[in-house]
Amino acid sequence: MNDFDDLYMEVILDHNKNPRNKGNIEGHTNHADGHNPLCGDNISLDLIIENNLVKDIKFTGSGCAISTASSSILTEAIIGKKISEIRHLFEDFHELVTTDIEKNNLGKLAVFEGVKKYPARVKCATLAWHTLIAAIDGDEEVSTE
Amino acid sequence: MIKDDFPILSQQINNKPLIYLDNASTTQKPSSVIEKIANYYKNTNSNIHRGVHYLSQKSTEEYENSRIKVHNFIGSKSSKEIVFVKGTTEAINLVANSYVKPLLSKGDNVIISQMEHHANIVPWQMITKEKQSEIRIIPMDKNGELILDRLDELIDKNTKFISVNHVSNTLGTINPIEKLIAKAHEHNIRIMIDGAQAVQHMRVNVREMNADFYCFSGHKMYGPTGIGILYGKQEILENMQPYQGGGDMIKSVTFEKTIYNDIPNRFEAGTPNIVGAIGLGEAIDFIESITIEKIEQLEMELLHYATKRINSIEDVTIIGNSNKKASVISFVIDNIHPHDIGTIMDKLGIAIRAGHHCTQPIMDFYEIPATARASFAIYNTKEDIDKLVEAIEKTKEVFS
Repeated sequence: MNDFDDLYMEVILDHNKNPRNKGNIEGHTNHADGHNPLCGDNISLDLIIENNLVKDIKFTGSGCAISTASSSILTEAIIGKKISEIRHLFEDFHELVTTDIEKNNLGKLAVFEGVKKYPARVKCATLAWHTLIAAIDGDEEVSTE
Repeated sequence: MIKDDFPILSQQINNKPLIYLDNASTTQKPSSVIEKIANYYKNTNSNIHRGVHYLSQKSTEEYENSRIKVHNFIGSKSSKEIVFVKGTTEAINLVANSYVKPLLSKGDNVIISQMEHHANIVPWQMITKEKQSEIRIIPMDKNGELILDRLDELIDKNTKFISVNHVSNTLGTINPIEKLIAKAHEHNIRIMIDGAQAVQHMRVNVREMNADFYCFSGHKMYGPTGIGILYGKQEILENMQPYQGGGDMIKSVTFEKTIYNDIPNRFEAGTPNIVGAIGLGEAIDFIESITIEKIEQLEMELLHYATKRINSIEDVTIIGNSNKKASVISFVIDNIHPHDIGTIMDKLGIAIRAGHHCTQPIMDFYEIPATARASFAIYNTKEDIDKLVEAIEKTKEVFS
């Protein structure tokens, strides 16, 4: 517990410090770069998608704690999931960080619930997701501006 | 205490007493300015330069009286040289479009510096692109000082204008504008100084420095938003084309021909920000009641104290170490993004700025995405800086 855990939950701090699935994938099938010009956050995603299923994903980039942790937790959340499931998950995640609609199906992603109280930080939490959708859709680049 | 003159500062943010250190973005307003604005709307509100009725005359008098206050404040030759605009950004756009653009031909250039605010970059890009000309950049060194020696290489017969800031909003650097102005005039080039970060910190005398144009914003000097000043030498303004057309900037209009008004009204088309101008006049009275010299002295004490304290924290680096600085400190903490610093500070009731401060070329120069910035004004104290230092330590702890 810390004094700031309405936003910076321990899980977020942990993933910021020790991001999972960091790196590149040689022979990736999908890739996209995401950029938030306001913060200067950058993220690159490599994916292996086979039969509409995410087999593997890794990310590189630099950003704030929220954006780094969001990228890290996202990679864990989507490995092994179908593309259609991932699109639903993003919709749910977006509602989690922007609305008061209760979400009970998000597992570890729920740690980002506190972001909704910080409108300026929503883009930090969603950059990885926008980049992921761009990679799935075959768009090479995405900007949150 | 001066803090008591600023009602907003007595509140709590996130259950902590507010410590406002985002003064380079905008300063808070003293009661005198707030009351002046409220009283104007309660008692005097009317349009200027038009009516024969009492309130219109009274409004005109107060508006023009503010112009005289600005004229005295920056030491211009005449109050005709003072143009009311929306802010520094509009002043720069006005000069770019009404003065510089007509001078530009293909192959010409306008010189700015590497440490400009986007407001002193983009207008020049817009007009040079249109005129197939270019902008040239005075580079800076790692301390955040301009490399003036390079100016000689940049200036050539195609240089039509120079525009440089007096003080950097990100680095705090006070630029040697007297040297820049002298150098420009040596080559018969006109120069504008962006004083948005200067007039609130130090005595500015436009005649002594011999600037051709000087501009600043009201809201960074304890006045309201939406009002700013363009100073231009009378002989230059008199020969300049209007910026916008409309009411008040004309002497007579028929469908065949319009005769433009004299300066400064030629540049003030439409109903201006009357209450803004009057509020700015009151802000100048506030500054002069303390004196700008006293403000400068107090802010320098804060700057030196804060620099020493922040420099002593491990893993923290101050960005911008010019020998001459205004009370602005940009800093970064190893492995912590400035936006996370900003959020933790906010939770502790401390308002700082985190981001690129509308100076992306400076961020690129230092190869950083952003900085955290604390900037001090007359109402800040050493206790505020102690709280800032505690908050930096706390931030490090959270992300350790």
